[in-house]
Amino acid sequence: MTNTYLISGAALPDGTRTDIVLKDGLIAELGTGLSAAGAQRIDADGLVALPGLVDLHTHLREPGYEQSETVLTGTQAAAAGGFTAVFAMANTSPVADTAGVVEQELSLGEQAGYATVQPIGAVTVGLAGEQLAELGAMASSRARVRVFSDDGACVWDPVLMRRALEYVKSFDGVIAQHAQEPRLTVGAQMNEGAVSGELGLTGWPAVAEESIIARDVLLAEHVGSSLHICHVSTAGSVDVLRWAKARGIRVTAEVTPHHLLLDEELVRSFDARYKVNPPLRRPEDVLALREALADGTIDIVATDHAPHPVESKDCEWDAAANGMVGLESALSVVHASVVESGQLDWTDIARVLSSEPARIGRITSHGQGIVAGAPGQVTLYDPSASREFGTADLTGKGVNSPFFGRTLPGRVIATFHNGFATVLDGELRPTEDVARFAAEQRMGARV
Amino acid sequence: MRHLLSTRDLDLDTAIRLLDVAEDMADTQQREVKKLPTLRGKTVVNLFFEDSTRTRISFEAAAKRLSADVINFSAKGSSVSKGESLKDTAQTLQAMGADAVVIRHPASGAPQTLATSGWIDAGILNAGDGTHEHPTQALLDAFTIRKRVHGAGSRGKSLDGLAVTIVGDILHSRVARSNVWLLTTLGATVTLVAPPTLVPVDTRNWPVTIGYDLDDALASGPDVVMMLRIQGERMRDAFFPNSREYSRRWGLDDGRLHRLEPTTIVMHPGPMNRGLEISAAAADSPMSTVREQVTNGVSVRMAALYLLLSGDREN
Repeated sequence: MTNTYLISGAALPDGTRTDIVLKDGLIAELGTGLSAAGAQRIDADGLVALPGLVDLHTHLREPGYEQSETVLTGTQAAAAGGFTAVFAMANTSPVADTAGVVEQELSLGEQAGYATVQPIGAVTVGLAGEQLAELGAMASSRARVRVFSDDGACVWDPVLMRRALEYVKSFDGVIAQHAQEPRLTVGAQMNEGAVSGELGLTGWPAVAEESIIARDVLLAEHVGSSLHICHVSTAGSVDVLRWAKARGIRVTAEVTPHHLLLDEELVRSFDARYKVNPPLRRPEDVLALREALADGTIDIVATDHAPHPVESKDCEWDAAANGMVGLESALSVVHASVVESGQLDWTDIARVLSSEPARIGRITSHGQGIVAGAPGQVTLYDPSASREFGTADLTGKGVNSPFFGRTLPGRVIATFHNGFATVLDGELRPTEDVARFAAEQRMGARV
Repeated sequence: MRHLLSTRDLDLDTAIRLLDVAEDMADTQQREVKKLPTLRGKTVVNLFFEDSTRTRISFEAAAKRLSADVINFSAKGSSVSKGESLKDTAQTLQAMGADAVVIRHPASGAPQTLATSGWIDAGILNAGDGTHEHPTQALLDAFTIRKRVHGAGSRGKSLDGLAVTIVGDILHSRVARSNVWLLTTLGATVTLVAPPTLVPVDTRNWPVTIGYDLDDALASGPDVVMMLRIQGERMRDAFFPNSREYSRRWGLDDGRLHRLEPTTIVMHPGPMNRGLEISAAAADSPMSTVREQVTNGVSVRMAALYLLLSGDREN
């Protein structure tokens, strides 16, 4: 098996056509008419070469919820979606609130080889919102954790949030807030508004998100620290963020693909695949989020990939779990929502799905773009393809996708992680091949 | 009619047909032998995930008077309380050959989920889902109003020109929602009166007028005043300060009762909190239709079951 690839005739995000040689885990050479001895040739005519995608918000479920997803299956879903790095959220069991758990997640990712797994640490012990977790120990561990989040729960206590923001300054960390005022969202089932009133579902008001973001940008300013806002979902949140950024506050924000494409009208079906937290919002929120992503108020797209077992969605709305799988569909959904509308071009996509999430997450092995000497993280995407999205497009364990039956543009043709193909010809490479390469690479690094 | 899930999607013709069939059913209930052979051999399951003896026995009486076999499935003390899912329960009923399932469920949308899931072929009849809809309650309310206004000449009539004021906890009321859609479809003008905390934040799509002052609303001379049950525990979530203040501001007390025109129809879906949302005098006055509503409930539910289970089943 060769580990050298010659990708010919790809279009870089800026439209430049180039050949790309991947060798020894790196992007070895760019140019036209390249050749490489013993290389596997890949014809990339008509394909866009994007820097390997980076997801700042993934639920891999391992350890503890392996019936929903494992590090292996979750990173396979990532590779299928063109991702080469995923940040694993801390709400596992045990919670990723100690050095031991984050190092375990890191190791599982290294063994699987499909994508770099960068653990996120919990802000508070057990995500309980009462006592700071050992943030320093996680930062100093082999997992080098820099992003901390209680995602799924809001760090609601303002004193605890202030201390967390202050504490992570000692190792350039960032707190990623799940902005949800808990008292305003007791029993919440969907966005509060015209539709919730008609359906008789308990509302999740926009103000519950916006008030926490407003509080936290002011706290970040007060203590001079970095704040990241997870899954921004409302037009009002965008306004607060725009104000905070104009003021020079160090805040970054993400939007999910589903919040860029879907709105609350879908809840009228009572189909639990549309149940997610934060909930699908109004059509005008969707438009505001697209504009915010285009003008930079929202920095990145992150999937909030949240796999669940079938029975968690095959039930009445109230009983259903929140969450959607998103890794496999993310690039196509972003393509459909903001590229086809002309709001973002492929350079912007490389920014919001690769370089910026890597920068916010403080990892350097990803997000450097397609330049000679950079680590070999490359995604080949066919923007002219079109398909009806279905279960066959999913490679993780979860099948709770809200996009089934929709015609989505584009298709990931190949993904290269650390210079090795995890996806070729649109197909996932065999588990053993990818694991063997990852092991060889680790051995090589040790020599 | 394949299912009866909501009044939102009932058109005028279907609504009038339901009410007219209910008139036929009511006529049969005047006879000495009330039982009809219409649904012999059909199995109706009352699937109740919430306690509601009144609604359940009303459906049970309706099904039995049409000669259907009735199975009562109460979630309490059944496998549901041991964690069985709605899906497994539905598939069990399917395997037993249920022809219609009358479902009462605390989750809004559960009947629709049952109807669209493919778990079960039976016709689904919503007997109240969460805070979403309670279509047979609205139908029996409309039937009762029509009967009071048009008497023996009710058949074929709508509720054109009538003013209906619904008072109470709109936010949590499936009765209010079903009545808003059905009564406006039938041509009535609906006004809602409630504390602002108990109205949904956005009612732009509701074909109603909303007010907060009961005395203002009653001064306009509505044809119908429908009082909703208020749950005392709502005060714990700060929806209103306490039951005394609620009663003073939004209860149909004796003073307000006496200011009403004597032809005004006073309704309550039951069970009543006497002295809270409605005074004893109001509940027992000749203007009150509380007991007629119960009687008419059986006729309306007979009509719904009949239309669901007889003749060709549309898909």
